[in-house]
Amino acid sequence: MQPQSLNIAGIGKGFGADDVLKGIDLSIRPGEFLSLVGMSGCGKSTLLRIIAGLETADRGTVSIGSRDVTDVDPSDRNLAMVFQSYALYPHMTVRDNIATPLRMRRLSVWSRLPLIGRMIANAETLREIDASVKEAADVLQIGHLLDRRPAQLSGGQRQRVALARALVRSPSAFLMDEPLSNLDAKLRAHMRGELTNLHSRLGATFIYVTHDQIEAMTMSDRIALMSEGRIEQLGTPDELYRRPSTLTVARFIGSPSINLLPVELDASGEIVLFGQKLGITARNAWPGPATLGIRAEDVFPAADGIEASLVRTETQGADRFVTFNLICDPSISIVMRQRVGDDLGADADGNVRLAFSKEGVHLFGSDEKRREITVHEQVPA
Amino acid sequence: MAALRRYLPHVVLAAGAFVMLLPFYWMFLTSIRSPAEIFSVSLWPIPEKFAALDNYSRAASQVPMLRFMMNGVIVCFGILIVQVLTAVPAAYALAKLRFPGRKLLLTLVIAALTVPIQALALPLFVGLAKAQLLNTYFAMMMPFLLSVFAIFLFNQSFRSYPDEIIEAARMDGFSELEICFRLVLRGSLPSLAAFSVFSLVAHWNDLYWPMIVVTDTNLAPPPLGMLFFADVESGANYGALMAGATIITAPMVVCFLLARKHFIAGITMTGVK
Repeated sequence: MQPQSLNIAGIGKGFGADDVLKGIDLSIRPGEFLSLVGMSGCGKSTLLRIIAGLETADRGTVSIGSRDVTDVDPSDRNLAMVFQSYALYPHMTVRDNIATPLRMRRLSVWSRLPLIGRMIANAETLREIDASVKEAADVLQIGHLLDRRPAQLSGGQRQRVALARALVRSPSAFLMDEPLSNLDAKLRAHMRGELTNLHSRLGATFIYVTHDQIEAMTMSDRIALMSEGRIEQLGTPDELYRRPSTLTVARFIGSPSINLLPVELDASGEIVLFGQKLGITARNAWPGPATLGIRAEDVFPAADGIEASLVRTETQGADRFVTFNLICDPSISIVMRQRVGDDLGADADGNVRLAFSKEGVHLFGSDEKRREITVHEQVPA
Repeated sequence: MAALRRYLPHVVLAAGAFVMLLPFYWMFLTSIRSPAEIFSVSLWPIPEKFAALDNYSRAASQVPMLRFMMNGVIVCFGILIVQVLTAVPAAYALAKLRFPGRKLLLTLVIAALTVPIQALALPLFVGLAKAQLLNTYFAMMMPFLLSVFAIFLFNQSFRSYPDEIIEAARMDGFSELEICFRLVLRGSLPSLAAFSVFSLVAHWNDLYWPMIVVTDTNLAPPPLGMLFFADVESGANYGALMAGATIITAPMVVCFLLARKHFIAGITMTGVK
């Protein structure tokens, strides 16, 4: 099956008085790995379930390729879904679990019955199904588990069975609803790599729902970041990281979280931080309060920086994250990323002066939208 | 003191079990005693004159015992099969599907649990009589074919079935009926076993309804047959009567022992929820 594009137009959905989705438009290219990320309750799972056909939208359309599937049953959309709990059939062996989607499609109602079904069914079809099951099991390296039941498998193995069950039917697209969130941290990192490999090997369209920005950043071709039933920003992981279009995106993407500082814009648009001009001007922005976002890797110790007191250090192998509170406003904390062994330049009281690279700052207006900036040489105050 | 605390519950439970089991033991004892010993109050298990052969052969030959048992099997399994076929989809819909009026229907099911068969006996009898269906197997089964108890029990147990598996099945192409019987019911086998025991025992032992709708000896299920037997014998031969009672009780005991593990899992599971 050729990878298919998916088009979602004007999807809206409400549960009771709440609008969970407020008009979602999204085109997914054939063969693309697209992640839907956001906090829980942002509507990402509902959107995925609407694409799958498990939920009906109040308005809007879903199409796969050029076919409008808005009113088509889930089983006729030719999509495969991997669930958070894996949703394996508990009483069936791994072999039967993987074979089920094919049996349901290729065998008649009578030949699907237990026991007598095998006698009625076309032997050729059964052989084909067995061969496809073996092939899918080999792709996911679970050939030796085929005769076990789900209860006898570990979380990672169940995950593989769920993936094999999805890919055995060569769907137009794979839908994944937080498939890694039940695994432990190490296995999760490993499965991220495997999913990426699987995606490039199959060349299929993947739609991946997660609340974990690291999963989205590491695997996706593009990310749609959702918040309160809307798509906040759609772009490559790099775009979301380097040019977050709103404060919500900036806060969500990146680990550790972006540092946020309250600033003022003066009449000329110059950014003023605690009474100090930074040599950065906002384009097209009116005076008033704003927020400055700075990533941890753009913070460094400097003799002419803002004074801050050391709170704690978290070493992560080669790098460490150092947390400070500002002296002028201790409620604001700043995280700095540094190579282990690099000097902090602390003074006698243990205080450090911090500066940041001006190219790395993100400015957000009082409406939380991104503002473009111009960096110029700082005028000594 | 510690020993007392340890054994006291067992003593209490054993006393309870004794009270429950005594009538059955007495029944069995009477069925192997000779008429001379029937009214002896001794609980000693070995009678002076062992009359089991005589009593049992009389019970088996005097009345068509096999016929009664056969009738019982037909009626009980007829009821059970239709009950399961109707209650399982109903319970699945109430437990797992979203539709308007679901809460109201569930309330009606629970309300219907409180209506005793005696209250419906007269209209049912008149209806069956008008339809000329008295003295049929159908008349014996009809009031019990739709079991609200079964709907209630299965509803409780289906609720805990994971939604994601049902959704996976929908995407795989299962029809709702296949989901219902091949997946959800499959996951509730203890409840099915528990309900089967309840249903089989209740209708195997039922005397009230068959007595109302059946007068033909050929259609009588075991308890009604025993009643005919007692009439024939004018209630004189208690030994043979109790032998008959033992014969008709035995299948139920066997049925319970076979399903015991599932039965207990079934009622404790729905009890917790």
